Amino acid sequence: MKKEDIPQDTGAFGKITKEVCYATDAEGRYTTELSKGWDVKNSANDAAWQDIGERQKTAMARVLNKEASPILYFMELKLMDIKVLAGYTGFWAWQVRRHMRPDVFKNLSDRRLRRYAEVFEVRVEDLKNMIPQ
Amino acid sequence: MKLPFEHIQAAHCENGVTTGLLHTIGIDRITEPLAFGIGSGLFFTYIPLLKVNNGPAFAFRTMPGLIFKRTCTALNVPVHREKFRSREKARQVLDACLDVGHVVGCQVGVFYLPYFPKEYRFHFNAHNIIVYGREDDRYLISDPVMEMTTSLSAYELERVRFARGVLAPRGQLYYPKIGRPVTDEQIARGIKKGVIRNIRDMLHIPGPFTGVSGIRYTGKKIKRWRDKLGPKQAGLYLAQLVRMQEEIGTGGGGFRYIYAAFLQQAQAFHPDEALSRISDTFTRSGDLWRDAAVQAAGIYKGRIGSQEDFNRMGDYLLEIAALEKQAFQALSKINWRP
Repeated sequence: MKKEDIPQDTGAFGKITKEVCYATDAEGRYTTELSKGWDVKNSANDAAWQDIGERQKTAMARVLNKEASPILYFMELKLMDIKVLAGYTGFWAWQVRRHMRPDVFKNLSDRRLRRYAEVFEVRVEDLKNMIPQ
Repeated sequence: MKLPFEHIQAAHCENGVTTGLLHTIGIDRITEPLAFGIGSGLFFTYIPLLKVNNGPAFAFRTMPGLIFKRTCTALNVPVHREKFRSREKARQVLDACLDVGHVVGCQVGVFYLPYFPKEYRFHFNAHNIIVYGREDDRYLISDPVMEMTTSLSAYELERVRFARGVLAPRGQLYYPKIGRPVTDEQIARGIKKGVIRNIRDMLHIPGPFTGVSGIRYTGKKIKRWRDKLGPKQAGLYLAQLVRMQEEIGTGGGGFRYIYAAFLQQAQAFHPDEALSRISDTFTRSGDLWRDAAVQAAGIYKGRIGSQEDFNRMGDYLLEIAALEKQAFQALSKINWRP
């Protein structure tokens, strides 16, 4: 890429800081130049966020439908997957998976619920009722 | 307390931390491209069975931590590296390091990194930052991908040092113990070794998922994504590929431009004409990766999306694979100065 071809399409990152790009000058020597962003990757990020939004909507519908416990919804809200959530709560992945069943969730002790609530940064009450912070 | 430290912005966090930390012990000849090349940073892999953030797992660079380790080994600089179980201990050791005057590199997760824009805060744990001092409750931070230095509270720093999930940092910190004068011969030998190791990684790892064969494999797979996953999911997969390739920290073109810059700088130590020719090949490869990204963007934006378009996307990667294979084969014929 030539130095003058470095795109300057401000994206979410470009508002906070410019990033270093490597490109060639007129003699073909490599040099660095700051860029505010590039349309192509801004839209890749947008696509990822759109998907996250849809996952959250689906999760909410499944909880309301009694197919899953609110843990699923909050997990999606925090962009986590089972592995990450297991890491933060200290449960095993199979336990987290089990806790996502509404019938199991109903009987979870307050102590266990608190561990989830802490990770999701909500009160236990709000966790049970699926009210985000 | 603020240790003497000069913030250097870099394209990639680990290169930046490596050059920054080496500066603190008096080694200022290692530029970002040199660190990347000596550390054999260039790579490609696609592991279809592994999912990251609910998407496919691609990587354009080598395992986190290796660039720093390999560069220091090449320069004969001893390194201290430590992981922790206890948060308390992690903080104490960090404070003790700063007290005796070591500027320290830390592996962190970005999800809770407060100065990152929200749009970029995913559960990604292979980010690296430098801690160069402490004032009251705040740690002074140099994040190589940012233009300016910043700071984190003790709580914020602890939180990102103990992020969980894939590649959990577990409080990991590292720093070069003492500086030694670096000779031209050392750098030259490091370059040779770095390139040879990179040839191995890109051409000779068995199996279809890594290196040049990984690129070819991905290219072939992409052509089948539309039928197999449906246009929407296939678009998301392509968006994931583009993000891994271009997002903050790659210098553009999936690190290919940084590698091209490395080969140019290597020529100062190994005067072989071929190096600058091969550097041009990597520039072309970087350009092709970016053309492919434009094609991918057309698909995930929904502007195009026929099977023909997916075929074209796959063909880009096949072309890149052929080009990089040729480049690495040419590199294996370089006349290295002893």
